[in-house]
Amino acid sequence: MPKDHGIGASPKRREDVRFLTGKGQYTDDINLHGQTYVHFLRSDVAHGIIKSIDTSDAENMPGVVRIFTGADFEGVGGLPCGWQVTDRHGQPMQEPGHPVLARGKVRHVGDPIAAIVAETKEQARDAAEAIGLDIEELPAVVDMVSALAPDAPKVHDELTSNLCYDWGFVEENKAAVDEAFEKAAHVTTLELINNRLVANPMEPRVAVGDYNQANDESTLYTTSQNPHVIRLLMGAFVLGIPEHKLRVVAPDVGGGFGTKIFHYAEEAFVTFASRQIRRPVKWTSTRSEAFMSDAHGRDHKTKIELALDADNNFMAIRTDTYANMGAYLSTFAPSVPTWLHGTLMAGNYKTPLIYVNVKAVFTNTVPVDAYRGAGRPEATFQLERLVDKAARELGVDPIALRRQNFITQFPYATPVAVEYDTGDYIATMDRMEEIMDISGFEARRKASEAKGKWRGLGVNCYIEACGIAPSNLVGQLGARAGLYDAATVRVNATGSISVMVGAHSHGQGHETTFPQVIAEMIGIDESQVDIVHGDSSKIPFGMGTYGSRSLAVCGSAMVRAAEKVIRKAKKIAAHLLEASEADIELKDGKFSVAGTDKECAWGDVTLAAYVPHNYPLEDIEPGLEETAFYDPANFTYPSGAYACEVEVDPETGKVTIEKFAAADDFGNVVNPMIVEGQVHGGIAQGIGQALLEAAVYDENGQLQSASYMDYAMPRADDVPFYIVDHSCCTPCTHNPLGVKGCGEAGAIGSPPAVVNAVIDALASGGKNVPHIDMPLTPHRVWKAINQ
Amino acid sequence: MTKVTMTVNGKSVSGEVEGRTLLVDFLRDAQRLTGTHVGCDTSQCGACTVHVDGLQVKSCTMFALEADGATVTTIEGMGNADGTMSALQASFQEHHGLQCGFCTPGMIMAASSLLKVNPKPTEAEIRHHLEGNICRCTGYHNIVKAIMAASGQDVSAIAAE
Repeated sequence: MPKDHGIGASPKRREDVRFLTGKGQYTDDINLHGQTYVHFLRSDVAHGIIKSIDTSDAENMPGVVRIFTGADFEGVGGLPCGWQVTDRHGQPMQEPGHPVLARGKVRHVGDPIAAIVAETKEQARDAAEAIGLDIEELPAVVDMVSALAPDAPKVHDELTSNLCYDWGFVEENKAAVDEAFEKAAHVTTLELINNRLVANPMEPRVAVGDYNQANDESTLYTTSQNPHVIRLLMGAFVLGIPEHKLRVVAPDVGGGFGTKIFHYAEEAFVTFASRQIRRPVKWTSTRSEAFMSDAHGRDHKTKIELALDADNNFMAIRTDTYANMGAYLSTFAPSVPTWLHGTLMAGNYKTPLIYVNVKAVFTNTVPVDAYRGAGRPEATFQLERLVDKAARELGVDPIALRRQNFITQFPYATPVAVEYDTGDYIATMDRMEEIMDISGFEARRKASEAKGKWRGLGVNCYIEACGIAPSNLVGQLGARAGLYDAATVRVNATGSISVMVGAHSHGQGHETTFPQVIAEMIGIDESQVDIVHGDSSKIPFGMGTYGSRSLAVCGSAMVRAAEKVIRKAKKIAAHLLEASEADIELKDGKFSVAGTDKECAWGDVTLAAYVPHNYPLEDIEPGLEETAFYDPANFTYPSGAYACEVEVDPETGKVTIEKFAAADDFGNVVNPMIVEGQVHGGIAQGIGQALLEAAVYDENGQLQSASYMDYAMPRADDVPFYIVDHSCCTPCTHNPLGVKGCGEAGAIGSPPAVVNAVIDALASGGKNVPHIDMPLTPHRVWKAINQ
Repeated sequence: MTKVTMTVNGKSVSGEVEGRTLLVDFLRDAQRLTGTHVGCDTSQCGACTVHVDGLQVKSCTMFALEADGATVTTIEGMGNADGTMSALQASFQEHHGLQCGFCTPGMIMAASSLLKVNPKPTEAEIRHHLEGNICRCTGYHNIVKAIMAASGQDVSAIAAE
């Protein structure tokens, strides 16, 4: 019988009622007294010198309150980068400034030049059209390889080139890797592009700045996945506002997928401007602005090679990747192609030697940063495409080749610096084969053939590193922050509980799942527990939600805080029951004395804590509230095996997804319903990357896919029902819940399955195509068939 | 500025609008009915879907002036008279048909419109009908399932829970 409450149950989400009835409180739903609106005038060229900005006509337009340009930010800091990568030669990356409003030059289409603050949003927009702008257009660099040519125009004149860093990992392994390739019986090589994507949470970004003169306090309401991180970055590095005078609130947030991690210019602007004009300032992004101002994702160009011995054992992997940084360094951009990508290159395999080279490049495009999976989808895609290509070249079964090379002993130290604590890759592969009904594939292929369609089966594995991350480790790797999390468990006199958590929920359902854990620990009803998140003035601290870390890191902090609460409550219970503390047991919300029938209720103890008439005041303080910070000992390593079946129409090149299965090992699961929902969404984003989505620039740096007319988002009829399973469970060994994280798996695991399936389908039609770059649009597939 | 009057969720409302004011802005800004969302500016995403005179309309494609005299229903008007959620809304909760909730009002408006004309839609009909509503969280699996369940169909056989 499935559980009906606590850990492992699937209670319905409590947040749903407000969302289903139109009562959600998203940032754009916040309207403050005396509020003004800002419209940003953005560059429509990719690269140019700002010769002049004439705001005189615009200033006299109706409703205009004030117009700001880069000159108003003299003495104000730029947007900081949170991670410094050190290159192959021990040198720090090149790190250009990132002004709030462009100064001197514009560096990508969408770079904000001026900000018009007016009484209404229409007035602000009208006035923007009256600004006289003289920009001398410069040649743009768009392609990463040409950006590194010696005579390429420089995105940042103060840097020596467009190279941010040239990273080698593990540099000491390079010679041994090269040697292994010389000795190899077979080498498989693959060149590919990991297509540039736009995260596209359905809620566009919004920021409202509000300055309170009475207490000199600024409040920023923003669509963020991590309000404390924004407080830290904006307060300390941009505007110089101390933490106690700066409150950051991220209320209901309509999806994030990584792109709402980062600190953006618009947040700093509304906070700054509200202090200047002494009125609230609100900005609501349009979707068009989102395309040219939200950090993009992926955009890698890679060559990867696999060396195999005569028995098809993997000997070595070597990769060369160009990673696009865009025009500026977004908050965590440098870490994505390095520490979140190179460290995952072992995948599920016991390849003894690995060398990863990454050249990060500045171009005249929107900054690129973490997007669902962040580095791990890039690693998984190239590795799993490569293994599939190797199997095809060697004429062996792709599943068998994978199984032969699986890591089977844990813990396992990879040659790329991480140690997998647990996993069972054979079990997830077995499970995938079962739920996908792999043995029935040939019959399905024949049925498709009878309809004139080519059917293909693609499989792949994935491993990811979640729950970022041990602070001392990431500190050594260049992170400019700790990556712990925090929680406060506040027990009220009546026994109800508020838990203040540093994680932020923007679709993940924390308001439902976190109480399941607390309720299980204490044995009270989940309705007695509420989660508070998203407001820096209400929660102790927190690094937020990304990298599938909420439960693994913040959940662990919550468990630690709850353990402290329970320890104290047991002391109180021991006093009330006149027993020894060591004999007190807590079960089903009742304290009892072991071996006796003496007991008291959770509520008796909590009431005593706040009404301490009969209370051990000499030993413990009144009240029942504890805070814990939790710094993880390691990453967590979810893994799985995915499979996709496609039909290709050989006449048109159109690909349809006929069947998709995901067998994941997430360790312990708190709410299966929510975990499955996370996987569904991730798979759809992966299918989107594989078949539909691409952020496309022309050679002049114009973003050609800047609306939903041109950027193909997956829609309901592009995807099937998915078969998902998480019954394989190897609990994480180093966090108290044994959880691993499930938020990104679907997006990491699915693109190679889709592409492998299409390549297989084409092969079944007699077309041996080594690779097609994503997205596999009908045009690309048709071309591959007909070349 | 021109005065418009319409019936929104059973209540007569009026306000002064510019010619360019979109119906969605009138609902959100003037009426403070913030359940209707704006997710794009090209009428693609469907987060702003409402019913105008009983028909499913993207309220960003219509000027407020065009709705003068019309009967408009928004997500705030979709519950039962006693304040509980409708069967369709309850089905979305039951089958986890929403995550961040931003596209959800549009999904409910679109799905209820479908069920009005097609009380037992097939999976394919549902997916086709939702062409104009983008969700980035759910992968549509549980949305389609919730709509099928709300129409009284057995969804227990659908791949995985």
